[in-house]
Amino acid sequence: MRSDALLGFVRREMLQASPPPRSVVGPVAWMRKNLFATPLDTVLTVIGAALFAWVVWTLVDFAILRAIWTGTSGEACRKPGAGACWPYVQAYWKQFVFGRYPEIERWRPTLVFALFAVLLVPLMIPKVPFKRLNAILFFLVFPVVATILLSGGFGLVHVETTLWGGLLVTLIVAVTGIVASLPLGVLLALGRRSKLPVIRLLSIIFIEFWRGVPLITVLFMASNMLPLFMPQGVEVDKLVRPLVGVSLFTAAYLAEVIRGGLQAIPKGQYEGAMALGLSYWKMMGLVVMPQALKLVIPGIVNSFISLFKDTTLVLIVSIFDLLGMIQSSRTDPNWFAPSTVTTGYLVAALTFFVFCFGMSRYSQWMERRLNTGHKR
Amino acid sequence: MSTSSNAGTSGAGPSGSAKVTWYYDPKVRGVIYQVITLGAVVALAAIIIHNTAVNLASRNIAQGYGFLTTSAGFDLAMTPIDFPRDATYGRAIMVGLVNTLLVAAIGIIFASLFGFLAGVGRLSQNYLISRVSTIYVEVCRNVPLLLQIFFWYFAVLQVLPNPRNSVEPIPGWIFLNNRGLFLPEVKLTEATGWAILGGLVVGVIGAIAVSRWARQRQIATGAQFPAGKVGLALILGLPILGLVVTGLGLTLVAPVKGGFNVAGGTRVIPEFAALVVALSVYTGTYIAEIVRAGILAVSWGQTEAARSLGLPNGPTLRLIIIPQAMRVIIPPLTNQYLNLTKNSSLAVAIGFPDLVYVGGTVLNQTGQAIEIIAIWMAIYLGLSVATSVFMNWYNARVAIVER
Repeated sequence: MRSDALLGFVRREMLQASPPPRSVVGPVAWMRKNLFATPLDTVLTVIGAALFAWVVWTLVDFAILRAIWTGTSGEACRKPGAGACWPYVQAYWKQFVFGRYPEIERWRPTLVFALFAVLLVPLMIPKVPFKRLNAILFFLVFPVVATILLSGGFGLVHVETTLWGGLLVTLIVAVTGIVASLPLGVLLALGRRSKLPVIRLLSIIFIEFWRGVPLITVLFMASNMLPLFMPQGVEVDKLVRPLVGVSLFTAAYLAEVIRGGLQAIPKGQYEGAMALGLSYWKMMGLVVMPQALKLVIPGIVNSFISLFKDTTLVLIVSIFDLLGMIQSSRTDPNWFAPSTVTTGYLVAALTFFVFCFGMSRYSQWMERRLNTGHKR
Repeated sequence: MSTSSNAGTSGAGPSGSAKVTWYYDPKVRGVIYQVITLGAVVALAAIIIHNTAVNLASRNIAQGYGFLTTSAGFDLAMTPIDFPRDATYGRAIMVGLVNTLLVAAIGIIFASLFGFLAGVGRLSQNYLISRVSTIYVEVCRNVPLLLQIFFWYFAVLQVLPNPRNSVEPIPGWIFLNNRGLFLPEVKLTEATGWAILGGLVVGVIGAIAVSRWARQRQIATGAQFPAGKVGLALILGLPILGLVVTGLGLTLVAPVKGGFNVAGGTRVIPEFAALVVALSVYTGTYIAEIVRAGILAVSWGQTEAARSLGLPNGPTLRLIIIPQAMRVIIPPLTNQYLNLTKNSSLAVAIGFPDLVYVGGTVLNQTGQAIEIIAIWMAIYLGLSVATSVFMNWYNARVAIVER
């Protein structure tokens, strides 16, 4: 049977040659492809461009063009149409950083900041040697030194924690939260995967409880109920209360992140470790945990970033972190002006953005660096 | 088969038998560890309870929930349910709960909208759209929520003009000033109200029935039926029909601008607006990332397969891509909805009367810290548990069944 007629898809004659495509390189071709591919695309491009231009213009107009640069009080910023009030930021800058820490003693928090930076930076650069010593100094020695420097003792004047504030408190809450919650989170994650029913149940209750409630209620609980839990006569420092709350709260979130990592480790790794005769803690510490933690770096850093942003909530229990200082300077009659508060928020937003964005970029870089074992 | 023990070598005891010494037996160890842990937890709890009882007694704070029935004697800025002057603390907390749920519900709608737009936007072929979406996500995600709430409340809404100089997008009908947004009030006659409600209920039931019947018919015969359009027509049409039949018993009452305030109409207070805007903008960034990840998780081969079957772009998206992306999107999305609900507690910072704000006020007036915090935790934990039950049910329903 002849089937040529049925095979309609077999071409018998040549097609006319198409004209050459329009330029596919150069800016015009790029725009045609990425900005104006379809009519809908063109509309979207126009909307996007308008939105972008409006936001950038508003920002530049407020922060630079209409901004007030000099002055000693809010008088200058009170003139109609004034933009950002930079003299206010200049006047308040030290308070944003140190809070109400006594002025003659401010070298102490400055020294703590410097020590923090000097110890942290080499720890974060993989090429720098002496990692173990560095880590011991940072995680064990630095907290003690910092506490003594900040609160006093050994010949230094005692400074009440109620006077601490600003960026100092933001960093204290964040760093303490991170350092305290990571080991607790690891233990809870192991507990939740434990074969011992009592330990597993206790871990589950702990984790689900802290994850189920808002951080604000945790902070209220820490500041109102923690003193009630203590034996009579024992006072918990006002700054320590939210630290406890924040650490327990973050530990519960971290535990779930780390549990995810533990679940992703193939059974063979556990079996291999057991076959070598490693004990439970050696198996976890030397074989499983390093792989699991590496897998969940993004999740851990996400938790740290949320923790860093959540430090702002301590202002609700009357501890003045960076945002708290800006918020309390809002009502200063000397600097009262329509744009003052916006300027303050701009500074705070920029500061938080730099820290959080930096953390997320660093973690992405770390992830790529450590992404070695899973490639085949 | 028992191995010859190496336990004895640790100098424990000269039992010398082939059995492992009892304290090396994993089972015995497990029991010991658990008894120690449980003992420690129970002891800690006992100490805390004892200390609390002693402390409460020495501060003369009564225990129990009796205070809930005493009269509150404070005003709340927003009361979606009745809150008379002599209402009780219990009633006040109810108002707070309703406000929390209201903020959460409206916030969830807007956050989903922003999130889906920005999530799809980041994947757009259009360079400008994808960049604008990226900037939105990166900036708003890395700035604390509380700061954003303050920004909207103190820097945007509070610097609006006073009532006398209100902004009027539709003159005479809508007023925007530093006391809030004033919208016309919708007044219905009783008959119309019931007719619209009845129409809506019948419409929804009808739409469900039509979609069921359409699916059955498609399975049986292969013939398709525009169930979505018919359903939508039923849901929208029946209430409108009810409105028309009962003689258009609907009036819009415009707010009236007075010297110092705007009277009448429906008022959206600035605290509510600031909270909803900040929560939706902030949570929207997280939803955007979830949506993006969900769409990227559906392999390109699925799109290619759909095209090779001859499906046009719309149905490809609706029938192939989105159902598969939803599997990846729903669990984290539910988490974000829950986060938004919990984050609405930041209302306390700007004085919006949500559950935490009202509870805090009651706490300050009565000193009943333990009871109030217990109420908070119970409600939020209840919400969390309900969410995760729903999530697990949904997850089980849509999970890929692998062979």
